[in-house]
Amino acid sequence: MAEEHSEGLSFHPMDQFTIQPLFGDGPIHWYTPTNTTLWMAISIVGIILLLINATRARAVIPGRAQSVAELAYGFVHKMVEDVTGKEGLKYFPYIFTLFMFIVFSNFLGLIPGAFTPTSHIAVTGFLALAVFISVTLIGFAKHGTHFLGLFWVSSAPMALRPVLAIIEVISYFVRPVSHSIRLGGNMMAGHAVIKVFAAFAPLILMSGVGVLVTPLSILAIVAMYAFEVLVAFIQAYVFTILTCVYLKDALHPAH
Amino acid sequence: MATEQMAAQSQSSGMPQLDFSTFPNQIFWLVVALVVIYLVLSRIALPRISSILAERQNTISGDVAAAEDYKAKAREAEAAYEKALADARSQAQKIVAEMQAELKKQIDAATAKADADITARAAASEAKIAEIRSNALVTVEAVAKDTAAEIVAALGGKADAAALADAVATRVKG
Repeated sequence: MAEEHSEGLSFHPMDQFTIQPLFGDGPIHWYTPTNTTLWMAISIVGIILLLINATRARAVIPGRAQSVAELAYGFVHKMVEDVTGKEGLKYFPYIFTLFMFIVFSNFLGLIPGAFTPTSHIAVTGFLALAVFISVTLIGFAKHGTHFLGLFWVSSAPMALRPVLAIIEVISYFVRPVSHSIRLGGNMMAGHAVIKVFAAFAPLILMSGVGVLVTPLSILAIVAMYAFEVLVAFIQAYVFTILTCVYLKDALHPAH
Repeated sequence: MATEQMAAQSQSSGMPQLDFSTFPNQIFWLVVALVVIYLVLSRIALPRISSILAERQNTISGDVAAAEDYKAKAREAEAAYEKALADARSQAQKIVAEMQAELKKQIDAATAKADADITARAAASEAKIAEIRSNALVTVEAVAKDTAAEIVAALGGKADAAALADAVATRVKG
């Protein structure tokens, strides 16, 4: 560490993900307000501003902010209806809650110095598990044991069906893992990579190589940031549409 | 102090995501956030937005219906206008035909009257001409008689009135 300091460059790409108490320096209990609390609260404020404050006028001809709110509503509503059918619309408020939380967390996390709750596997894992468990419960509640037909590929030849059933069961239980790590990993990786590039930026103050490295790293940060803006939306979209797909499996388990 | 911090840092170095001691905290606040967002959305935002969209849909379909109505009305008005135009045209044709008949009648009557007039006048003129002619013959005879008597007197003769009259009559007639 002392060596690193004498070198000048310090790489702490993961420090940005540290959970810290908002007040003081004490231990983190389950109820301690932390930076994740703060940024979740900011997300809530953002959601209220967009979906409630902007639609206050209830204009037939919407303004800009109201258009965005209606666009978000229509986007998710159409997604739920297209993927799960009319029966799935009952679950639209839950899915819209998920989408708004993730998309706001992702975008607010792009503000320099911000904290991204969705970069934590605890958060995305909880979301994915919640989706997994509720979808499974819905499936059994709606179809009873017929829900297990999801794993029995009746269109395949008889000899293959047991093998396929094992694969289907495994893939079903892997769902929450891939579902959560896809979102958390994407958010974490992008932010970490930006931080790594940023660590190279001050090299111009220390060494002649910096003349070349510093502009390159700044350029890389800009490019990465633009890419992250894309990723922030796409991952929220992917998480939501996968939730819809899982819900569709629960509502219509037949292959 | 510095070593302590370093130790703490090295302890949490690696991924903060895998620091399980923060999980209860994150999950608690996540649940709180999700519940708040869900309540805000399901109680206020979603009903409001869906009512806005429904209202807009109604407005649009209402406007479309009204436009359809106006279109039908315009079509009716156009038909009525066309009918009125056709009526007026046929009326005008009728009036023209009547006028033409009337005029023809008047012209015929006038022509007939003029013809009769002309005939009458021609007859009168002929009568007058005949009268003038016969008058002229008488006058010519008288002038001829007088002139012949004068000529005879100038030649120194004494004209017998009866013979003179006979000769003049014979000459004039000849």
